[in-house]
Amino acid sequence: MNLLWLQSGGCGGCTLSWLGSEHGSLFRELKDEGIELLWHPSVSEAGVDEARDLIEQCADGRTTVDVLCIEGSLLRGPRGTGGFHRFGGGAQPMIDWVRRIAARAQHVVAIGSCSSWGGITAAGINPTDACGLQYDGEASGGLLGPDFRDPTGLPVINVAGCPPHPDWITETLAALAHGRLRAEHLDDYGRPRFFADQLVHHGCPRNEYYEFKASAAKHSDQGCLMEQLGCKGTQAHADCNQRLWNGEGSCLRGGFACISCTDPGFEEPGHPFTTTPKVAGIPIGLPADMPKAWFIALAALSKSATPARVRENAHADHLLRAPSVKRTKR
Amino acid sequence: MSTRRVVGPFNRVEGDLEITLDIADGKVAAAYVNSPLYRGFEQILQGKVPADALVLVPRICGICSVAQSAASALALADALDIEPPNNGRLAANLTLATENLADHLTHFYLFFMPDFARADYAGRRWHGAAVERFRATVGSAPNQVLPARARFMQMMGLLAGKWPHTLAVQPGGSTRPLQSSEVFRLHRTLREFREFLETVTFGARLEEVAAIDSRAALDAWRGKGGGDLRTFLAIAEDLDLWHLGRGTDRFMSYGCYREEDRRLFPAGLWHGAAEPLDIAAIGEDITHAWYAAAGLPQHPASGSTLPVAEKEGAYSWCKAPRLAGQVVETGALARQVVAGHPLARDMIEGYGASVAARVVARLLELALVLPAMERWLGQVVPGEPWCIAAPVADETSGVGLIEAARGSLGHWITVRRGRIHNYQIIAPTTWNFSPRDAAGQPGALEQALAGLPASATELLPPAIHHVVRSFDPCMVCTVH
Repeated sequence: MNLLWLQSGGCGGCTLSWLGSEHGSLFRELKDEGIELLWHPSVSEAGVDEARDLIEQCADGRTTVDVLCIEGSLLRGPRGTGGFHRFGGGAQPMIDWVRRIAARAQHVVAIGSCSSWGGITAAGINPTDACGLQYDGEASGGLLGPDFRDPTGLPVINVAGCPPHPDWITETLAALAHGRLRAEHLDDYGRPRFFADQLVHHGCPRNEYYEFKASAAKHSDQGCLMEQLGCKGTQAHADCNQRLWNGEGSCLRGGFACISCTDPGFEEPGHPFTTTPKVAGIPIGLPADMPKAWFIALAALSKSATPARVRENAHADHLLRAPSVKRTKR
Repeated sequence: MSTRRVVGPFNRVEGDLEITLDIADGKVAAAYVNSPLYRGFEQILQGKVPADALVLVPRICGICSVAQSAASALALADALDIEPPNNGRLAANLTLATENLADHLTHFYLFFMPDFARADYAGRRWHGAAVERFRATVGSAPNQVLPARARFMQMMGLLAGKWPHTLAVQPGGSTRPLQSSEVFRLHRTLREFREFLETVTFGARLEEVAAIDSRAALDAWRGKGGGDLRTFLAIAEDLDLWHLGRGTDRFMSYGCYREEDRRLFPAGLWHGAAEPLDIAAIGEDITHAWYAAAGLPQHPASGSTLPVAEKEGAYSWCKAPRLAGQVVETGALARQVVAGHPLARDMIEGYGASVAARVVARLLELALVLPAMERWLGQVVPGEPWCIAAPVADETSGVGLIEAARGSLGHWITVRRGRIHNYQIIAPTTWNFSPRDAAGQPGALEQALAGLPASATELLPPAIHHVVRSFDPCMVCTVH
């Protein structure tokens, strides 16, 4: 299976995340999975004239593209011309190249939340009229339109995340290479279910603080980040606290809020990112599938049941009280 | 009579780059550097609460993500008039250093060296070895470096949660308190990376590399062992990369890595001799960039970013920053020249900046900074504070100046009624790859390319690739 990777209106961070794959050399891993890089702007040898020749061949069908990976938002501005991003060396905007190659590719994969939904580039006044390949925020559509399907019947596959975990990218590509990715393996937003059916909350090391609503008041506190500091881990679709990042990391493990970066529209949450919006003291964003009345009732109950150890540690940056040690009775 | 040739996309650089060459008599008569991507972060940031900048600015760039965070955190700390506690300062040094060193490694092995494996050099005595070692994606070096780099980036897992795009770097310090067992693990990761550099990259102790104090000493050192730096030095001599790619020879550094009473690498300007660095003298000229504004160059504290689709004489989305009207070069070489490292100073004696000097300066920094990281980690005190809460100010302004891998990065923020009124960013490659200014003065790369051999019809000569990549451009930062 060959793969063409193009970068559009993004930061290149998806590629850098991918290069941090922790299973030996990423290049060897791809080879082992039967994936051949036709071209990738950051790592391929071919540049300038050779690269342009290759892209033209892919666009007019002389070279078959099995998988087209797009990283970065699709910039439609100014005024629908796409002029905010030209592919270097010629006059055509990147969105034209993407449309042409996507129409011929066997599969189209959006790498990261920018090419999935628009992402950070679409934040604020969205100066460049940025969108995703098949979504514009939460609305189906985007550059290729809601009805886009590849020759096998799949929509654009959205490996969302800002950035995505390296394994999300590799596992998705490997599933395609082995012919094992079907429509039922994608969720309502076209995200591979193997990571999107999990919540960031699953495996969060702050779970005891969450259970007792023992909340961090400021950054570097050990408590739960949901009540005060904007954390959306209980609603965010990703396996970040099970798979872990860069060895032992995740946003929560790094001490800061999950901003739900795999979800469409995350870039404009309607509130400051690291402040939890509330109505009458109750966070607006409830845990996934949790009825509000039960959340309020359980929160009140668990707050009154919070052990002193958990309450005190929640407001400290290191352990003040260790869990007590029980003697085994003889 | 010159022929115009547009070349792009330049790959193995971060982001989008296109260069227009006017070619006459087999040489580049003039080069025009264009950054063909505009995203508008400075517009996106307007109206947000100041703390939201910490979510948005790292996403300017996937390779300088922490550098952008650090500059923003410094600008906010300046605006709020706060200082992080000692642990917070050390954590900021460690995260920035991890990114900067990883970037130097990535540049050398993945972006720069593969050019010597290209068929253009078939017949050179070193070519077979370069193909085996450095060929893009299949060479032994990239396949050896990726796992070592990923292992080193585990520093970020513990210090910053993840990389790229962390929120751990805050104006008041770090959100990630380290406990002693984690400090132990970080020491272990540093030790492994030291071993990799000493066996694979240098074939020598880091301290031995850091102590090389002249070109002559470097030449003598080259004969005494193996490692990829020595391979590069042999290639550089054969291809005369010490006399290729001279820019302005005016070097700038904002300084970085805060120690208790100083910076590890100080701020300054070097133009044949040390000169004071006057930040107030920075002006961004937009004569040849697609932006609307009054004619005079603007200081970033009061600068604007208003894209226009068409403009007479414009050819890039990159503004043209100038220091007191002068073009400056920034990056690892500039940083070490300003800091007074004897090898860096000696490398620019005579010819001036060159492809070889820029590459050696990056590797020199690997040898200089890793021991500093070991020291900072040793100074961390678990149990003492990591972060102070920052008060909110409705009307304020601040500046954050740091050194990213690629050079001087500055953020200027103005806050009005509790919201970001203006946010201006000048990235390292904005300096290096700027277009011409009102006076017609070409940017640093534009100067470095002028005069190089080129043909209107044949494949672009590799020397042009070397010069472009020697700056380690980051185009997504450049325009943002």
